[in-house]
Amino acid sequence: MATTTMTMAKALNEGLRRAMEKNPKVLLMGEDIGRLGGVFRITDGLQKDFGEDRVIDAPLAESAIVGTAVGLAIRGYRTVCEIQFDGFVYPAFDQIVSQVAKLRKRSDGVYTMGLVIRLPFQGGIGAIEHHSESPEVYFAQTAGLRVVSCSTPNDAYWMIQQSIEHDDPVVFCEPKSRYWEKGEVDLDNPPQGLFDAVVRREGHDVTVLGYGSTVKTLLRAAQTAANEGVSLEVIDVRSVSPLDFETMARSVEKTGRFVAVQESPQTASIGSEIVAELTQRCFYSLRAPGVRVSGYSVPYPPSRIEDAYRPNVDRILDAVDRVMGFES
Amino acid sequence: MIDEELVQLLSPEGERVAHPEYESSLGSNEVLGLYRDMVIIRRICNESTSLQRQGQLALWAPVQGQEAAQIGAGRALAPMDFSFPSYREHGVAWCRGVPPEDMLRVFRAVTTGGWDPQKYRHSVPTVVLGNQTLHAVGYAMGVQRDGAEEAVLTFFGDGASSQGDVLESFVWAASFNAPVVFFCQNNQWGISTPSSVQSKIPLYHRAPGFGFPGVRVDGNDVLAVYEVTKRALESARVGGGPTLVEAYTYRIGAHTTSDDPTRYRIDAEVEVWKHRDPIERVKALLAREFKVKTTTFDEIAQEAERLALKLREDVLAMGRPDPITMFDNVYADAHPLIDEERREMIELGVSGGPS
Repeated sequence: MATTTMTMAKALNEGLRRAMEKNPKVLLMGEDIGRLGGVFRITDGLQKDFGEDRVIDAPLAESAIVGTAVGLAIRGYRTVCEIQFDGFVYPAFDQIVSQVAKLRKRSDGVYTMGLVIRLPFQGGIGAIEHHSESPEVYFAQTAGLRVVSCSTPNDAYWMIQQSIEHDDPVVFCEPKSRYWEKGEVDLDNPPQGLFDAVVRREGHDVTVLGYGSTVKTLLRAAQTAANEGVSLEVIDVRSVSPLDFETMARSVEKTGRFVAVQESPQTASIGSEIVAELTQRCFYSLRAPGVRVSGYSVPYPPSRIEDAYRPNVDRILDAVDRVMGFES
Repeated sequence: MIDEELVQLLSPEGERVAHPEYESSLGSNEVLGLYRDMVIIRRICNESTSLQRQGQLALWAPVQGQEAAQIGAGRALAPMDFSFPSYREHGVAWCRGVPPEDMLRVFRAVTTGGWDPQKYRHSVPTVVLGNQTLHAVGYAMGVQRDGAEEAVLTFFGDGASSQGDVLESFVWAASFNAPVVFFCQNNQWGISTPSSVQSKIPLYHRAPGFGFPGVRVDGNDVLAVYEVTKRALESARVGGGPTLVEAYTYRIGAHTTSDDPTRYRIDAEVEVWKHRDPIERVKALLAREFKVKTTTFDEIAQEAERLALKLREDVLAMGRPDPITMFDNVYADAHPLIDEERREMIELGVSGGPS
């Protein structure tokens, strides 16, 4: 079994390479992804190896990157679109919501919208405005799309390939603050299905759930809590749409308490959906109401103060204290 | 009449017009075929308007006045070409072989599509203005990668010409030299907004600014539309890149059956354009030059009548779809939430056959 250590950025690069080797219909398209290798270097070297026809340096227009990928999908190609930063996806919003999400339905199943929209998301890199947002909720609200997020190099390597192979359009959210963190990658066996949540750390007092860069913060919080005698079970949600409530409910029925954590603002968020559904599913097992920890309901702040905006260990443990405090 | 650069091969009176670059390649049977197409699509359109007025359709987008633009362009397509329409291209759909009743399914509100787009090589209707032009360019980029000698034709109007997607599609097509032809039906009105508000220059003049040729053709002259579109498609197929064809025409009817054009335009303008009718000029040519007999015209009119009656019967037979079908084809495979909601609908007994 070949296992190797690499960064998430490299794992994505290797995953894309493998997908392109396996299927000649796989194309990459985005701004600066060819010669430059992308602003985050995720596609580094791929244009050199696969040519300009398969790794397409796009003019700077996001609606066209996605809109032409739709046409390519109708022709039988599978295009992985790179949106340079989360905050630049909105010019493509119309194509994603009105066309990508609906064309399978509108064509009575004739069109397969096999395309992936890669979206570096969440904050934590000290960037200027529009480079740190969490727009996954907009896409999770839209029927016809699937939305996933990786949190480890191994998941990055496998989930990008699974997304490309899937016949539905996938919005692939990459936690850019974790691009340069290393982890083990199993090059032979995928860890699990693309839409499965996974338990990252077992525990018995409180279930904490999150996705993307938040997962590592949850693991840190669990370590700190353990030092204080509180056992947290950490769930990596992985698939934002659809949500794997079975895995989540199994955990919450055991712990009876849960905290859903996310960088996006709270209103109508993934965390809100998790709290609502788990409350319904696990009502008789609950010992406290589910609690959300979110980005504040303000525009993403200047990055000098982003640490106070993004859910951190202190805020997560404060929420854990609150659900523990419900004990009768 | 409109613009000295307008390509016209047939005057409103049905007289041949000489043009330095284009001449009609069509013989009597082919011209008669175009005439038949136009008569049929106008009759289908009128029947559809009646069906809407009788409460049988939710909406209809009339094509009257634009028959030559749509039939000329539609017949210029080769079988393996692919076309991407907006929502008014009933004439093009007809040329692609889409059955008339399938064109009306969207307007009967029993589906959001209506036909198999791969079978007819004609995509499904696109209501959001201009979205389809990017799909056409992307499809054309796929044709390039396949090394196929095929072209792509996409339709939009003077209103949609202001949309970002249309302008982005121009940029993309030029950058990648995509085998695509942009067919703009300038029917002068985007609901109530005149084309003068959309552009301060003739729309076809935009193309050179993007790096490819633009041609303005008399959109009410089916012979000219056919030749101009055919040449643009041929050029695209052999690596000549994109062309913008502006078919200068007029929407005689309302934008849709929900619109009241008397609120924003004057009758005199409509009357001027009625004298430029696309069907009458071909009929005059056929009678004079090709000696087509009155009985032939009568037979075509009767054929159109039969098709309209059949269309009416087909539309009236379209029942309410089983509500459970709303869950079909949202995703390619299992989706836990959709599957749960489908089960819930079944348990509630909402599902049932067509009524």
